[in-house]
Amino acid sequence: MDALRVEGVAKRFGALTALTDVNLHVGRGEVLGLLGDNGAGKSTLIKVICGFHRPDAGRILVDEVPVVLRSVDHARSLGIDTVYQDLALVNELSVYHNMFLNREHRIGPLLNNRLMRRLAEEHLREMGVDIPDVTVEAAKLSGGQRQAIAVARSVYSAARILLLDEPLAAMGAKEATIILDLVADLKARGDVAIVIIAHNYAQALQVCDRVAILQQGRITFDRPTAETSVAELTDLMVADYRGRRRAAGG
Amino acid sequence: MSVAVDKPGGPALARRAWTGFIRRREASVLVVAIALVVYFQASTPLFLTDGNLRNIAQATAPTAIVAVGIVFLLVSGEIDISVGMVAALAPYLMHYAIDFYGVPAVPAILLALLLAALVGLVNGLITTRLKVPSFVTTLGMFYLLYGILLTTSKAYPVAIPSSVKGDLQTWLGAGDWASLSWCLLVVVFFHLVLTRTRWGLHTISVGGNMLGATEAGIRVNRVKVGNFMLVSTLGAFAGLMEAFRINSIDPNIGGGTRITFTAIAAAVIGGTALAGGSGTVIGALLGMFVLAVLQNGFNLVGVSANPFFLIQGLAILVSMIANQYLSRLRRAGGS
Repeated sequence: MDALRVEGVAKRFGALTALTDVNLHVGRGEVLGLLGDNGAGKSTLIKVICGFHRPDAGRILVDEVPVVLRSVDHARSLGIDTVYQDLALVNELSVYHNMFLNREHRIGPLLNNRLMRRLAEEHLREMGVDIPDVTVEAAKLSGGQRQAIAVARSVYSAARILLLDEPLAAMGAKEATIILDLVADLKARGDVAIVIIAHNYAQALQVCDRVAILQQGRITFDRPTAETSVAELTDLMVADYRGRRRAAGG
Repeated sequence: MSVAVDKPGGPALARRAWTGFIRRREASVLVVAIALVVYFQASTPLFLTDGNLRNIAQATAPTAIVAVGIVFLLVSGEIDISVGMVAALAPYLMHYAIDFYGVPAVPAILLALLLAALVGLVNGLITTRLKVPSFVTTLGMFYLLYGILLTTSKAYPVAIPSSVKGDLQTWLGAGDWASLSWCLLVVVFFHLVLTRTRWGLHTISVGGNMLGATEAGIRVNRVKVGNFMLVSTLGAFAGLMEAFRINSIDPNIGGGTRITFTAIAAAVIGGTALAGGSGTVIGALLGMFVLAVLQNGFNLVGVSANPFFLIQGLAILVSMIANQYLSRLRRAGGS
């Protein structure tokens, strides 16, 4: 049974067609790599699945049940959580407030800062992320640390469908390994379906079970990683780029 | 000959204390406030007297209450310049309800606060739904309310309704320390709201990173509209308090834009960023205190009132420069 199924989804922004008849699916314990050039529609697709944008056509099924996602909150209530490309961190807030943003622990009307601090420290330690003080503002962190916090926030939200929009961007080699190991651990758990957008094909093949390529708003390739290679994926992307250049030129 | 001996940990402790102090957004304005108090007390023994402190408290309190609401709105990335007119209109709304429609005193006061909240709701909806910049929305609302105020009052002051007089009037502003007590209550309560509640956290998030807040599932429009309603309600409360204190309902309460701009100045001097995302309620109270001390101190030492605005302008500029400098120190100080 698929944890997430997207059928015939389309999305337009004015005259711009971002997605056309997109179909994809991912099961529990499966990692789907979503590849594509800049502007191919990957982030738009993620934002449709997480309830940020409403699709103009098509439907989304969670555990084979059709759902109309009214908001990010609604998607979250169905177990869909997202690490956005822009990370969605608030520079002015502390690390632990960012980690629990919009799902704060409270005692009555007051924030339970002590509990959130402790949990943030535990989660980051479990992930192997080195942030000495979770009370510092997010503005003071490095790019990799910020990415790690954004990932930790979603991973520890008890998500059943996890969408990662370029989680390895701005990461050093060590930090990227931490994230890839985390994805591998989640996959091994077997109860989370993961969609991961990546630009590094080698990393995508390392951690994903299947890869799909989104080109000009359409899924043009969907195959198990065992049946493809970095070379093939690169050739497909280059061919698409050349095709678009030719079309633009003539 | 004496020998200076460094206590172990002494300099480190001092450094930690200094770092802790400059990390506070209120640090610079607190230093300025203390310096002004010391200066004016040294200049005239009248400064720290009971009567003069009461004067400062009464001058500070209503505008400080407005400044609390302004802090929330600025932190969430918006501004309201109509709040001074809400302050002027609210006592008239109470007067109309009591004297024209026979509404009892307490419901009439609550009705005035409710209508003020409605003004905030309209400001918020126009800004968030119709995407009109809040400066323009509230500029329009300022003139709209001014027109309503002048048309309905015919620009004449009226007496406080008799049903309000007595204990109610004393408790709500006429008592010697009533306005200061209310002000401190409002400041402490909303300091807790901004720093210790979900609403405060979401207000900071919306002003700091609106897209990020939206992606985190925060209903940013609801937060903004709520803060527009808050500032209007606090503006109405300040206006009612001032009417009770001066024992008259006057269209000049709040002085048109004066109360608004002074409240914004207090918030900015207290470390609130106009760009949103950061600010403190305590800082705004200190900012208001600094402005009130300056005006009061000038009077006491015999300086003409005319250069006061010059000093206020300089205070805003200097405090902004100091805040920028301290922000850099805070960032450099790191964790």
